Amino acid sequence: MAAASPSVFLLMINGQVESAQFPEYDDLYCKYCFVYGQDWAPMAGLEEGISQIASKSQNVQRALVWNFPIDVTFKSTNPYGWPQIVLSVYGPDVFGNDVVRGYGAVHVPFSPGRYKKTIPMFVPESTSTLQKFTSWFMGRRPEYTDPKVVAQSEGREVTRVRSQGFATLIFNVVTKDLRKLGYDTGPAGTQNILGPSLPQSNLQ
Amino acid sequence: MNPNEEKVKIITEEFTENDEDAQVRRQKKKSRAQRQQRKKQPRTPGPEEMVSENCHVGPPLEPGEEKPDTHLLSTTARRGPRSLPPVPSTSRTGFAEFSMRERMREKLQAARSKAESALLQEIPTPRPRRLRSPSERESETEFGTEPSKEIQGTQQEDDLKSYTRVKFHDSVRKLKSKSQAPPGFPSAEEAYNFFIFNFDPGPEEQEEKPTVICRDGANQEEEEGEEEGPAQTGDETGEEGLLDGKDAEDFLLGLDPTAHNFVTVRAAEYESTHIRLQKEKEVLFVPSRLTVPTYKKLPENVQPRFLEDEGLYIGARPEVARNNQNIMENRLLMQESGRKWFGDDGRVLALPSPIKPSPSRPPQFTQELSNKAELETLYKKATKYIHRHQHMIGSGDPPGNFQLDIDISGLIFTHHPCFSREHVLASKLAQLYDQYLARHQRNKAKFLTDKLQALRNAVQTGLNPEKSHHSLDTTQTNINEYKSEIRQTRKLRDAEQEKDRTLLKNIIKVWKEMKSLREFQRFTNTPLKLVLRKEKVDQKADEEAYEAEIQAEINELLEEHAEEYAQKMEEYKTSHQQWKAWKKAQRAKKKKNKQAAEENPDEEGGEPFPEEEPVKPIPPEPTDTAIIEQQVRERAVHSRRRPGEPKLVPELTLAGNTTPNEQCPRVEVLRREDVKRRSVYLKVLFNNKEVSRTVSRQLGADFRVHFGQIFNLQIFNWPESLTLQVYETVGHSSTTLLAEVFLPIPETTLVTGRAPIEEVEFSSSQHVTLDHEGVGSGVPFSFEADGSNQLILMTSGKVSHSVAWAIGENGIPLIPPLSQQNIGFRSALKRADAISSIGTSGLTDMKKLAKWAAESKLDPNDPNNAPLMQLISIATSGESYIPNFFRIEQLQQEFNFVSDEELSRSKRFRLLSLRSQEVPEFRNYKQIPIYDREIMEKVFQDYEKRLRDRNVIETKDHLDAHRATVAKYLQQVRESVVNRFLIAKHHFLLTDLVAEEEVPNISILGLSLFKLAEQKRPLKPRRKGRKKVTAQNLSDGDIKLLVNIIRAYDIPVRKPIVSKFQQPSRSSRTFREPHAASPSAHSPAHSADYPLSQVLVRPFVEVSFQRTICHTTTAEGPNPSWNEELELPFRAPNEDYSTASLQSVKDDVYINIFDEVLYDVLEDDRERGSGIHTRIERHWLGCVKIPFSTIYFQTRIDGTFKIDIPPVLLGYSKEHNMIMERGFDYARSLSEGSYITLFITIEPQLVPAEPVREKFDSQEDEKLLQATEKFQAECALKFPHRQCLTTVIDISGKTVFITRYLKPLNPPPELLNVYPNNSQATTELVARYVSLIPFLPDSVSFAGICDLWSTSDQFLDLLAGDEEEHAVLLCNYFLSLGKKAWLVMGNAIPEGPTAYVLSREKNHYLIWNPCSGHCYGQYDTFCPLKTVGCLIGPDNIWFNIQEHDSPLRINFDVTKPKLWKSFFSRSLPYPGLSSVQPEELIYQRTDKAAVAELQDRIEKILKEKIMDWRPRHLTRWNRYCTSTLRHFLPLLESSQGDDVEDEHRAELLKQLGDYRFSGFPLHMPYSEVKPLIEAVYSTGVHNIDVPNVEFALAVYIHPYPKNVLSVWIYVASLIRNR
Repeated sequence: MAAASPSVFLLMINGQVESAQFPEYDDLYCKYCFVYGQDWAPMAGLEEGISQIASKSQNVQRALVWNFPIDVTFKSTNPYGWPQIVLSVYGPDVFGNDVVRGYGAVHVPFSPGRYKKTIPMFVPESTSTLQKFTSWFMGRRPEYTDPKVVAQSEGREVTRVRSQGFATLIFNVVTKDLRKLGYDTGPAGTQNILGPSLPQSNLQ
Repeated sequence: MNPNEEKVKIITEEFTENDEDAQVRRQKKKSRAQRQQRKKQPRTPGPEEMVSENCHVGPPLEPGEEKPDTHLLSTTARRGPRSLPPVPSTSRTGFAEFSMRERMREKLQAARSKAESALLQEIPTPRPRRLRSPSERESETEFGTEPSKEIQGTQQEDDLKSYTRVKFHDSVRKLKSKSQAPPGFPSAEEAYNFFIFNFDPGPEEQEEKPTVICRDGANQEEEEGEEEGPAQTGDETGEEGLLDGKDAEDFLLGLDPTAHNFVTVRAAEYESTHIRLQKEKEVLFVPSRLTVPTYKKLPENVQPRFLEDEGLYIGARPEVARNNQNIMENRLLMQESGRKWFGDDGRVLALPSPIKPSPSRPPQFTQELSNKAELETLYKKATKYIHRHQHMIGSGDPPGNFQLDIDISGLIFTHHPCFSREHVLASKLAQLYDQYLARHQRNKAKFLTDKLQALRNAVQTGLNPEKSHHSLDTTQTNINEYKSEIRQTRKLRDAEQEKDRTLLKNIIKVWKEMKSLREFQRFTNTPLKLVLRKEKVDQKADEEAYEAEIQAEINELLEEHAEEYAQKMEEYKTSHQQWKAWKKAQRAKKKKNKQAAEENPDEEGGEPFPEEEPVKPIPPEPTDTAIIEQQVRERAVHSRRRPGEPKLVPELTLAGNTTPNEQCPRVEVLRREDVKRRSVYLKVLFNNKEVSRTVSRQLGADFRVHFGQIFNLQIFNWPESLTLQVYETVGHSSTTLLAEVFLPIPETTLVTGRAPIEEVEFSSSQHVTLDHEGVGSGVPFSFEADGSNQLILMTSGKVSHSVAWAIGENGIPLIPPLSQQNIGFRSALKRADAISSIGTSGLTDMKKLAKWAAESKLDPNDPNNAPLMQLISIATSGESYIPNFFRIEQLQQEFNFVSDEELSRSKRFRLLSLRSQEVPEFRNYKQIPIYDREIMEKVFQDYEKRLRDRNVIETKDHLDAHRATVAKYLQQVRESVVNRFLIAKHHFLLTDLVAEEEVPNISILGLSLFKLAEQKRPLKPRRKGRKKVTAQNLSDGDIKLLVNIIRAYDIPVRKPIVSKFQQPSRSSRTFREPHAASPSAHSPAHSADYPLSQVLVRPFVEVSFQRTICHTTTAEGPNPSWNEELELPFRAPNEDYSTASLQSVKDDVYINIFDEVLYDVLEDDRERGSGIHTRIERHWLGCVKIPFSTIYFQTRIDGTFKIDIPPVLLGYSKEHNMIMERGFDYARSLSEGSYITLFITIEPQLVPAEPVREKFDSQEDEKLLQATEKFQAECALKFPHRQCLTTVIDISGKTVFITRYLKPLNPPPELLNVYPNNSQATTELVARYVSLIPFLPDSVSFAGICDLWSTSDQFLDLLAGDEEEHAVLLCNYFLSLGKKAWLVMGNAIPEGPTAYVLSREKNHYLIWNPCSGHCYGQYDTFCPLKTVGCLIGPDNIWFNIQEHDSPLRINFDVTKPKLWKSFFSRSLPYPGLSSVQPEELIYQRTDKAAVAELQDRIEKILKEKIMDWRPRHLTRWNRYCTSTLRHFLPLLESSQGDDVEDEHRAELLKQLGDYRFSGFPLHMPYSEVKPLIEAVYSTGVHNIDVPNVEFALAVYIHPYPKNVLSVWIYVASLIRNR
């Protein structure tokens, strides 16, 4: 009965904040949180998390590996405000102060499947060179008042940012009842395809 | 001995032993050099027998090889050298340092290890040699022996080799013996390393062999022992180097191996380029780049066929370079059946290039007629977006951007003061020539001639009887019409021809004049030159045509004349008849008159007239052909070219030369210089405002100025006028306005790029006389020497320009909407439609398009042209329906998945859109259901009701019509402010998004540097600020209100009298009566039996907030100390924890102080020993009320507050029975009231909202505003925490200077009349009146915390306001009462930043709290005002620059500039600002009846509420008591609660003697019912659950003018004493 006419759809996300590449920095940790619209509610899992501090690997890639799992399930009645994951990366500066090393956000993929997303990370810039120096000196770099700012478009025009590195996330997305409610997010004819559609299939 | 030699010898010596065997073997296997080498390997290091063994048993060696291999594999160094180049990296010496190394070697002759390493170096030396020609190969074999003597080595022959061999023998022996002498001289490692490093001299060619050698060598070396090892290794390396070269050589040349072949040297395999090329040629094919002849590409005997020539459509082939094409063709032809790749035309088959030059969408041609219905205009009501622009102050819609392009290309003067005479003529000539050209182009004469010819033909055919099949009448009339037409045309033609001719004549005349002038003045000024070209004409034909023309004309004229003549004859005949008749009558008359004439001579005068009039008509003369011909000819001569005369075609050129300056007379030079000094520019005036101007350009000698500037006017309004002003500058002197040119405003269809250049003439009326050759302007001058024939010319000229509308980026012309145009301004523009404004007019003209298509010979088969062709075919056939309107979003319909009605019917959609509009009801609506059916209809009910009620005033909630209106008004103001705030909220500053440290100034920097050195864990840590929490991620239960109740002072105590009336009762006595057996250990027993002893009170504090109640433990005595922390949860309305929502929380925190009274309820004394039955009663003593918003903004409230104690507390009194006269006692007793010390905060700390940062516009003087900013900045610099206020925002959102609010205003006259003689009482009454106006903080009423100041009349109308309004009103009243009064801006508890009123009495100052009406002396420690920031008077602002800011410690004497910094001073005097306050306040008398009604209703409501709050108990009302109370309340009002208590008590006692009574009156200003209910609730009267309790409740409302109502609520509970 209830299954026949669902009133919400579910979006299950699991995956991990796999690694990051910050060429200039080391010993970083990351926080993630989700930003979603009013019609969304987390059902299970953690919507915020803070990872361990990771050092750079010794190999050539010099990647910071967190392998920090994400596992959260949302329910919603409206695809508007589809969840976005907001990552913020922090680490010590030369004086040992914890400063922000990057912000980044990406929408959770819409259609079920496994995804690897690499998101560029950036930090707000100081407004002047003097402030840049003092902020460097005092270890109080400019930060967003709320990391969730990076998931919204309003008010961004007043900021200037610099890119810092990349973070790689893996998402495994499962949806439930989305199609029943009339939202077709998957690629055409993927009713039965469980995994992500391969690019070859599009060529046929 | 040369060490090199020595070494080589060593090597050779070794091999000589093997010579015989080797030779035999080599002869056998000459050709298999490879194999030889392999076999040699074991031999090299080992003794003879081993070698022989090996050489004979070649294959079995393999396992032997493998064994050492594995052995060596285990050694680490092995792998590296393999890949190393032949020269080991260890060698420090290069090839060039050879000689040096030799010297070294000499020194270390004996040291074999050195020698070995040196040998190593030599190994590469053979390599360069290998590249030499085969002729030198012989010598290469020798290289090992004498590397330093390479050249000599080449000449050496075999004999030398044999010699060396012998030498080797010896040396090896020597070495052997030597090596044994120092045992282990080269260590095992060294030797080993050497082995490893050096075996790879010819890596490529030797392939596996060297390693094998090495392995074996190493292996054996280890076996043999150390002493031999090094030597052998040395040999080996040398040998190998040689080996390579030789073997290769042998292999190549096939030479007979000799003895020395053991030392084989082999060169690299090499093929000469030539050979390689040849070989390659066999395998490879290089396609030629040459063009392949067509016949090759086609089957035999087939001619190429070009489809294109046959008219078939061939698409454009993709671009391929010719070269590549040729290569491809050649390549294809090489293949079998290559020809299939070629088409009939002999080219490679290719599809047309699929790439389009520009991306496009395929056009959609839907031919269905149903389109028509879809495309028809729909009416859609304009929707207004609510909160974006509605309440914006200032202009409405942002004007669009429109652009008008004005291209000013140049200016030509047709006359200028600096014109010389020649110029005048030249310009005349030019004008005439222009005229000629224009006429020539039109060629009207020719046209008319043709027309004439046609008409004549028509007449001819008409006259021709055979052809006329029409009825005669019509032909005749036609002919007549034609004839008249002919006549007119001929006249016109003649006139035209004459004009042409005169024009030509004039041109020639002017030119002649000019020529004569040039001759006369002996210089030329203008380059003008007229050339008359003669066009030869065929004399005869011309003459014939001329004659024919004349004849035709004559004939026509004759005909005409004949007609005329006939007509005249007709006329003549009739008139002649008349005349004859008249004559006859005359004659008869004459006869009669003759007699009469004599009698009456007067009549004679009258006679002649009639007599003369009918002149005898002259018969018309028949026209004379000769005369007519004469006339015609004359005219022809006059106006027409003579036959045979050549046609003159004038041509004006600028080819002439002007005379250079040197050859001109002085006056002319002056003129030219004057011209040079002049420059001209144009100003562009748009709607009479100058918008731009051209650059100033020098006037050319030809009086032409070229500007070539395009002005893009960005305009907002429809242009009304467009003017160009011509300015002339002479030298550096001033400019003069020559003329104004009015440009026409272009049609809306005229867009940039299509506007033609137009010329507009202008002329000036200025008079200029010049002292040189220039003729001046407006001055007469003459060409004649004698000055006759004067001319007056005015400055004039032409501006060539073009005006057009610009086209925006998307191709839409930037034309203002037509609505902006003045109606009737340009009627032509009214009919401008969508198409023209979009600029598609070119496309709509199908005829033009078709014509163009035909002309440009478009290929109709080309798919590129398909849409065009289709369009043309439609246009030409005219069958298809072409709508005459244009839809802009024609695809919208397609994308609408449901119709608009359906969309508006959808509840979900409605909910979503309302939420996105941030409508308060839905702003935080979470999880909007996915289906309409799941959305309850009632969701919208509230919202719809609100919308409906917006204009309906309902009195239900307010019980008072006036207040209802006010509430409505307030609601509207609030909405507008909220909307404003919503807009401001979406406007971000950097600080909103990015938290950034401010640039520290030097002191902060120093401090922070100091901080670095600070101890990490100081012994005396400082309190650190709590972390603030943004309100975003909060939910219910996260926020708690912490109330710390510390202590209280001077709590009222029970009066002994109370126990007195309890005395009769045996059953219920106070718990602490002495005979009560209760172990009242914690209280010193004071009993009613000791009336003189201190009376007790057991107070506790109850905090209620949002209906949550917490209370402390009970303490003892009138000065209790609780020191307890109470925690109350906070719930935000609608679970909305945004700052906007939080700051509008209206809830108050009630801190009630109760007395806990225990009553013994034991009925029977006998049970006293076995049980305790007591009842706890609590008596309300007073309360402190703190609004949540205050706590929210202050983040913490810490201080001692006065407890609001009702004026009458039955049964209680202040401990010190010394309530003073209220008055202005200088030092008032501290015990005036009761006080409580509190600390309140919110956990976690919330971030208070930022004030709205909107720059409000102002009507203040700009200078004043700047001064205020400066003043505030200065003050903030000195005392950053002191409040300094100079400008405030009034209710309409404008910035107003603060002193404008202060002005003496009259208090209500009723108040003044109460105590006419007591000014003190009056003052208090006025203060009380002000305090009775309800308090409503701005932050609550206006969701943002923009602090709006309303004027006093607005305040009284609204009947709500916060401290500022109260203070302003009170201050104004004081001023009008003649007091000196100021507004005090400062900090108070609990309000925080607030406004108080300071008044100066005779010898002291009083601080008034305008909201409570209380006044405090300056030195009152309990004064809630804690700091003073600034004082504001009606004409100045004083900022406190004293050290302290507590009112206790400062001097209020504002005249002292050292203590008070004044805003207006000598440097900036008070400008006399007018007040924003009204002249006078008008007070309406409050409607008594309405008030009485309200009173009843409130009473009823409250009673109902109390009953509701006691759901489990019966609530009885004691009417008798109620009426007593009701009578008592007005008394309280009149006395303001003073001095009535005793009487009141006595009266109550008298009437209700047998009741235990507790009760109190509450006094409040009236705003709404809800606060009253809350207040009653908070007292907890209803909580008494004694079964027989009775209640009494009386309400009294005292009306003050202007609807200010003072509400008294007396609540009491009565318990009958039994």
